[in-house]
Amino acid sequence: MSTAPANLVEMKGVRLSLGGKVVLQDVNFTLPAGGVLVVMGLSGCGKSTLLGILLGLLKPDAGAVLFKNEDLTRFGRSKLNLARACMGVVFQNAALISSISVRDNVKLPLEELSQKSPSEIDAVAAQKLTLVDLEEAADKLPAELSGGMQKRAGLARALALDPELVLFDEPSAGLDPINSKLIDDLILRLRDEQKVTSIVVTHEMESAFALATQMVFLHEGKILLQGTPDEFRETSEPIISDFLSAFKATESGKEAHADP
Amino acid sequence: MIAKTGAVTLGGLRELGDMVWMAQATLAEVLERLARGRAPFRLEHFFHQCNRVGAGSVPMVVLLSVFIGLTMALLTGYQLRIFGMVMLVPAVVSVSFTREMGPLFTGIVLASRIGAAYTAELGAMTAGGEVDAIEGMGIGARRFLLAPRMLAIFLLTPSLAVVSIVSGILGAAFISHLMLNISYGFFQDQVLTNLLVADVVAGMAKSLVFGTIIGVVSCHKGLSVQGGAAGVGTATTSSVVTAVSAVIVADAFCNIFIITFFP
Repeated sequence: MSTAPANLVEMKGVRLSLGGKVVLQDVNFTLPAGGVLVVMGLSGCGKSTLLGILLGLLKPDAGAVLFKNEDLTRFGRSKLNLARACMGVVFQNAALISSISVRDNVKLPLEELSQKSPSEIDAVAAQKLTLVDLEEAADKLPAELSGGMQKRAGLARALALDPELVLFDEPSAGLDPINSKLIDDLILRLRDEQKVTSIVVTHEMESAFALATQMVFLHEGKILLQGTPDEFRETSEPIISDFLSAFKATESGKEAHADP
Repeated sequence: MIAKTGAVTLGGLRELGDMVWMAQATLAEVLERLARGRAPFRLEHFFHQCNRVGAGSVPMVVLLSVFIGLTMALLTGYQLRIFGMVMLVPAVVSVSFTREMGPLFTGIVLASRIGAAYTAELGAMTAGGEVDAIEGMGIGARRFLLAPRMLAIFLLTPSLAVVSIVSGILGAAFISHLMLNISYGFFQDQVLTNLLVADVVAGMAKSLVFGTIIGVVSCHKGLSVQGGAAGVGTATTSSVVTAVSAVIVADAFCNIFIITFFP
């Protein structure tokens, strides 16, 4: 009888330099299957780069990136593509293919990577679009959708192959509170109902604490703190405290402005 | 000065290496996909590209080739008339158009028209994160996006070169009849007598080389875009300049090779 690996994702001593500048150094973390890891940090600290490494779009200078206990950095192109098919990605700007409809965007990974028949592909695409409440916009081009709808379409595409791991790059950035909550609720449903493992890069503290089972704070390419949401709330690490206080101050400012 | 020359040379060689790597990686992705019994790209994408490269380029190639053939015949005829050898015009025009002008001219037209379009399209997709999304999904951006484009231009360049050659010769025949008193019948006889299979093969072989160069250069420039819309503009300009220059240089090397080994 085979047992699922305890940790779905693990990074060990990852270091990456781009253009002579160290972007990530000595990054270590583990993420058990079914968990949600939220990656936080100031702009430019290497959060999105971390996702690029997990996807194999960037190759680290040193260290190992384990996915289901296999080191992705040692994979050739073909094997890496097979591993990528087990992951779904929601990019910061959704990155939908602009020349095809939302429905075709969702069908794309199914048509290219699965063995399903056209009718099965249509059914799965319809199901994923229903999940993100986009059935009515299915035949529109991405440019005809709002930012929030594009993010949801990106999520439907990311879920098309029922991935074991979903990577979210700033899923609620630039969205209004209603759309932002909608995305958060979808991530929570994936976590609670389908036990999907997720890594979420975000600046939105409210989302971060609502979603996370584990949190990581990156600063200047290094992990400053790794722990549970409660450990983050109680930390005395000055940079993280300042980060969280700045968020709280912004939120109270917003509330005061909304309710004079 | 020496350092600057060295840096430019190194940069050029690095870019050439990147292009060769990209072409090799595209071919490898296509072969891997075929080995798995799956189509390497969508046929509808390939035929769409064929339509753009082939049918879409025919009017421009015909129009410009007719006028170049016409001008070539006229100028050659007026020079040969001095020596009383105006009857050589059909042979000169047909051989030079088949071996040189047709393929070269087609290459330049395609580098400007299709190469620029490829770079701009792929550049916009790169800048918008679409290429990374396709790669990140495990689809393989090279085989999905580049392979149909590169194959279409590789296969259609020789076909367009034939269109250019025929158009150029027809333009030359027209002006020769009108201004040099050479009948259409005599022109045709001279073309058929003087044009050898070797000339046609040389022209077609060069067209395949030019098609490969334009496809690789324009796709590579598209995937290398950095910096959003401005980057797409810069890459598109660079793509046209590089592809046209590379086609002209490759033409010279092809001529040296053909004349040396197949005199």
